[in-house]
Amino acid sequence: MTFFILKRLGLAILVSLAVSAIAFFLLRISGDIAIAIAGEGARDIDIAAARQLHGLDRPLIVQYWVWLLQIFNGDFGQSIFFKSDVLSLVWAKLPVTLLLGVLSLAFALVISIPLGILAAVFANSWIDRLALSVAVVGQALPNFFFALVLIVLFSITLRWLPVSGSATWAHYIMPVIALGYYVAPAFMRLVRAGMIDVLSADYIRTARAKGLPAHIVIFKHALRNAVMPVVALTAVQLGYLLGGSVVIETIFALDGLGFLAYQSITHKDFPVIQAVVMLLSVLYVLLTLLGDIANAWLNPRLRIS
Amino acid sequence: MADTLLEVEGLSVDIKTGNGTLHTVRNISFSVKRGETLCLVGESGCGKSMTSLAIMDLLPKGAKRSARQLVFAGEDLTSKKADQFNVLRGNRMAMIFQEPMTALNPAYTIGDQLMEGYRRHKSAGIAEARDRAVFLLNKVGIAAADERFGQYPHQLSGGLRQRVMIAMALMCGPELLIADEPTTALDVTIQAQILRLLAELREELGIAIILITHDLGVVARIADQVAVMYAGEIVEQGRATDIFSDPRHPYTRGLIDCIPLPGKTTPGRKLGVIPGVVPSLIGEITGCTFRDRCAHAEAQCREPPPPRQVPHHSWRCILEDA
Ligand SMILES: Nc1ncnc2c1ncn2[C@@H]1O[C@H](COP(=O)(O)OP(=O)(O)O)[C@@H](O)[C@H]1O
Ligand code: SF4
Ligand SMILES: [Mg+2]
Repeated sequence: MTFFILKRLGLAILVSLAVSAIAFFLLRISGDIAIAIAGEGARDIDIAAARQLHGLDRPLIVQYWVWLLQIFNGDFGQSIFFKSDVLSLVWAKLPVTLLLGVLSLAFALVISIPLGILAAVFANSWIDRLALSVAVVGQALPNFFFALVLIVLFSITLRWLPVSGSATWAHYIMPVIALGYYVAPAFMRLVRAGMIDVLSADYIRTARAKGLPAHIVIFKHALRNAVMPVVALTAVQLGYLLGGSVVIETIFALDGLGFLAYQSITHKDFPVIQAVVMLLSVLYVLLTLLGDIANAWLNPRLRIS
Repeated sequence: MADTLLEVEGLSVDIKTGNGTLHTVRNISFSVKRGETLCLVGESGCGKSMTSLAIMDLLPKGAKRSARQLVFAGEDLTSKKADQFNVLRGNRMAMIFQEPMTALNPAYTIGDQLMEGYRRHKSAGIAEARDRAVFLLNKVGIAAADERFGQYPHQLSGGLRQRVMIAMALMCGPELLIADEPTTALDVTIQAQILRLLAELREELGIAIILITHDLGVVARIADQVAVMYAGEIVEQGRATDIFSDPRHPYTRGLIDCIPLPGKTTPGRKLGVIPGVVPSLIGEITGCTFRDRCAHAEAQCREPPPPRQVPHHSWRCILEDA
């Protein structure tokens, strides 16, 4: 188990490095940073000066190396648009996004696990088909469209919830639903498929042969085994949620990392974009790592060997 | 009869499939007395597992049971609802399966799986259940039972897992144990050990056993009663001694001729097999189910063969003696 964790940890570090390189080079390819730094309507000399000042005239690989070293020292540079330290800027927005991500995930799990179980236990019945249609609608609707529908219904028509901002818990309700509903179908399908698979396993028949009541057979013997792939997917989906939060936070003006990413992209604020991309990616890698470890821990075959 | 434990009369199991309804068990009748071992034999696919699952009410989805009579220890099983059946199952009737490798839940320890049925049926505490589990692990011949108790299934070999399954089935002291080909998946030396264990347990605990097997060598060693199944029907049944010394049905005779015997079977020679295949179980079969493979078949065999019997022994064939 320790070896397993160390192996995965090493892999996670390698992936993070690769992601940092991709984030760095892609942004450099997408436009000339010197122009962005020099600002709107700058003259050629200003641009050249900015290029020299920020070391942008040096070879890319050297720039990457310098940037990487700075990151390891906790220095993500200065925001061009906000004119403040990138790290503290990003750090301040992180809790909002994490809260949104975790709540959305919880919402997704709370609706998808029971639906998945029901669909599996009553496979091919009308219950199954109903659950399936909920999932299909969830996957077919783009999340921004669903968000707009929610706004029209709850904010404009019913006037129950605030449209935008992040001041109170009420501001989180619609973003959480919009984002959570978006990832719920993947969970539901996985739970359903896993449960159908497990329910036909020999050990389920053994459990029934012992005279255990249905709820123990389903929740103790089946769900425990069906839930393992779900745990692995949870980490991955949390990554998707972090990505989806860019759209949702922007729509609801929820003041988190996603909204920050949107703002810095529109203002060509390269240091901030790089930092947000880096942070989201590393978070994603960490979550995948956690998912792997949790999965290994749930599975005695991996835990004890 | 007072000492009859299980009475099965007119049991059928139908499975709906895309191609029509499979009649996997066709109107069979037999009974098991307390403390007695009934062996259910026949080639694979003839409905042995469906019969046992029907008794345990464990049939797969899509399989439907019907019976004129299904009585266990004086209780009518046909009218029992799921939760009423749960009171009997694992408690007074228990079952072990063919595949020990997959029959245990990989996510829980041996001990957990041994105790859960006992704790439920006997309202026992952990300490008591644990003692009983360790006692039975010892009884079924598992060394270091205390240690095994805390292990997971993947840490045990197939033979050990089948022993655990047997211990698990015995936890509540059942009156009936159904063993569906418990040794088929194991290698030969382990097979012999497991069968010896079953025979010992029967002697010691006075438990009635329905042993399903397609190995007549096993039957000869352990059975009191034998029922021979073919294509969903019982074609011959009776006392084991009579079946072996005086088989009447051509199919039974064929099966017995296939047993390798020390001294009689030439080493290296191919064992006898009954030529032909089992007929499709879809739809009704009129006349004798065995007639496509029977050396004695006549035009008459297109009609349902008449039931015949001598004391303790019955069969269905146009012939008095094959
Ligand atoms: N779940 C199932 N669905 C459809 N047919 C099945 C199923 N299980 C068994 N059968 C069929 O039922 C027949 C009897 O099977 P079974 O009782 O398992 O035979 P045996 O135990 O004697 O080998 C076989 O023809 C088999 O193909
Ligand atoms: S009834 Fe006819 S076909 Fe069937 S076993 Fe007897 S002789 Fe053979
Ligand atoms: Mg079978």
